[in-house]
Amino acid sequence: MYIYDKYDQKMIDERVAQYRDQTSRFLEGKLPEAEFLQLRLRNGLYIQRLAPLLRVNIPYGMLSSTQLRKLAHISRYYDKGYAHFTTRQNIQYNWPKLEEVPDILEELASVEMHAIQSSGSCIRNVTSDQYAGVAVDEIEDSRPWSELIRQWSTFHPEFNWLPRKFKIAVTGAEEDRTAVQVHDIGVRLVEANGEVGFQILAGGGLGRTPVIAPVIKNYLEKPHLLTYLEAILRVYNRYGRRDNKFKSRIKILVRAMGAEVFAQKVEDEWQSVKNGPGTLTEAEIIRAHSFFTKPSYEELEENCIQLDESLNSNFAFKNWVSRNVKPHQQPGYAIANLALKRTGAAPGNVSDRQLEIIAELADRYSFGEIRTTHEQNITLADVRKQDLFSLWKALCNADLAAANLGLLTDIICCPGGDLCSLANAKSIPVAAAIQRRFDDLDYLHDLGDLDLNISGCMNACGHHHVGNIGILGVDKKGEEFYQVSIGGSSYSDAALGKILGPSFAQNEIPEIINKLLDLYLEKRTGGEQFVQTFNRIGIQPFKDQVYS
Amino acid sequence: MSRLSTESAFNHSKIRCIAEMQTIIRDNRVTESKFTVVDSQADLEFSNIILPLALFLERKASLRTRSDIGVWLEADEDIELIEEFAKQLPVIALNFPAFNDGRAYSSANILRRKLGYQGEVRAIGDVRRDQLEQMIRCGFDSFALADGQDVQAALSGIKSFSYSYQPSIDRPDPLFRQRNSS
Repeated sequence: MYIYDKYDQKMIDERVAQYRDQTSRFLEGKLPEAEFLQLRLRNGLYIQRLAPLLRVNIPYGMLSSTQLRKLAHISRYYDKGYAHFTTRQNIQYNWPKLEEVPDILEELASVEMHAIQSSGSCIRNVTSDQYAGVAVDEIEDSRPWSELIRQWSTFHPEFNWLPRKFKIAVTGAEEDRTAVQVHDIGVRLVEANGEVGFQILAGGGLGRTPVIAPVIKNYLEKPHLLTYLEAILRVYNRYGRRDNKFKSRIKILVRAMGAEVFAQKVEDEWQSVKNGPGTLTEAEIIRAHSFFTKPSYEELEENCIQLDESLNSNFAFKNWVSRNVKPHQQPGYAIANLALKRTGAAPGNVSDRQLEIIAELADRYSFGEIRTTHEQNITLADVRKQDLFSLWKALCNADLAAANLGLLTDIICCPGGDLCSLANAKSIPVAAAIQRRFDDLDYLHDLGDLDLNISGCMNACGHHHVGNIGILGVDKKGEEFYQVSIGGSSYSDAALGKILGPSFAQNEIPEIINKLLDLYLEKRTGGEQFVQTFNRIGIQPFKDQVYS
Repeated sequence: MSRLSTESAFNHSKIRCIAEMQTIIRDNRVTESKFTVVDSQADLEFSNIILPLALFLERKASLRTRSDIGVWLEADEDIELIEEFAKQLPVIALNFPAFNDGRAYSSANILRRKLGYQGEVRAIGDVRRDQLEQMIRCGFDSFALADGQDVQAALSGIKSFSYSYQPSIDRPDPLFRQRNSS
């Protein structure tokens, strides 16, 4: 993991002092509300429907057990004893007091964490693959590059007042687990002629106008990463629309100019900074990589007899392994996922006690490291296969052993109308109703991989456009309705879902989902996943099934 | 001097066309500016004025010999438009129509880095205390604060950060070059 040096720590401490001063000036009436709003947003503080909301960055999803314990402490001491993992690998507190936020930030700074640029029209927390460094389909570890981008984007003086928020994702594997194609900038590690460099995508996004990002640079040599990003940001900062909030994301600019013209404009701008001081040095690339070396793995056999015995004797454990455990680069090790999607709990929510248990399990079984995922789950990336059974038993005791990773009930869901002031409709009760209706694990396993994503409004924090089944809360004359789309995907075959038709009342949703699934089970051939069947037969049979 | 229009022709009335000396922050101290920002109705007989870009370009031939004329740009005007004249101008001002409109940061960066401009770069319009440090880092060295801002308090609150990760105008080398050399 990246470890702060004196420079990182000093800047974070100085930011706490700066924010403390801004908060006191606001409380003393010396800083107008409208101005303080913009300043607090750049520190992750929204004022929401019921209370402020503080979003804390987890850069590319990496956490130490020490940091997780601090997050647990904050939720207990400053909040109501729980926290929420977001769809951008971050964590949110729903009930902090505005005047206590500087203290929370000071606590965070003591464990090398912060909330800088976690909201506002600036470069947000960089996200990446939760399996980076351990994935079997990896081209190269994305984390050193994510960290370099984190540092470059933190307090960037020129890009702190962009037309709109700006999100960057980095992936280094064959399978895309970061939804790189629906980000403002997507960075893909790619191999060409025996060398690894970057492919750069720009102008993707969800929200009101969902767009799959075009590639604007097919191959970029590693040392030029930051100067090239600078060129993209400068073009966007200068020419992105500022007259209409709904047209100010970079996707609108790229689309208006055309991807080729935009790429050329970036290329021209890049020439003026290329090879300049922002060019990464060999020493810096080595330094960044030095934080992401392999932990001290034991020499183990790939096959583990103990694990096989447990799998044969315990069906519930077998279910959990078949869904939640993924293959690892290192023989005898596995990746274990904790699905935070137990029926009845808001997706992504965890209690202070659960956070501490996860920290403890990470210490015991996974080198003290934890990763968060954009599906709002937790990954323990380096577990010995022989430890999986003990880990699972401990997770069962902590109510963290939901065996539904990647299944229908592993729902991505925003906080929705219960907590968010932007939402048109509630989302958590819809997720809960679906989880209650589909509680037969055999049925869920039979359905296989199926992403169901729910957003409470157009802003699409629940990524409904790229769910195999997407649900969007809409407001119709003051009443909450839900629009259903199908066929979306956030993986390498990224696609935007197609709207099924007129929207439904909240209580109709579980039955609508049931009808869609019935048709899929009837029509699927061989091992087809839901989205593959959809791609083969099209939307019409689904429409007929639901509306006739 | 009273013929100078105080009627703002701009979207934001923050741009002053007053004849009196204006208090600004320059090179980290409070001082009086000898230059006055004027609008498109300005009388070019006056000395030490900062003209809107359009007026300057329209009259550039007759202004060639003047060394007391500056130019100001609106946030959506390309800074490259003054490339060939920049070196003769003692001051270039960049307007912030709102404090959260970040375009002028890029204009200042290009003005210093690409156009190599060495003169005064002044922030005008909705210029507030909490943005000054970012502005300095992008190449501004002079600030006409928005109405209601406490200039002395702003000056004392400019500096918050000891280091910076990125290359910028005030510190061309990014932190990583410093780290790896020590």
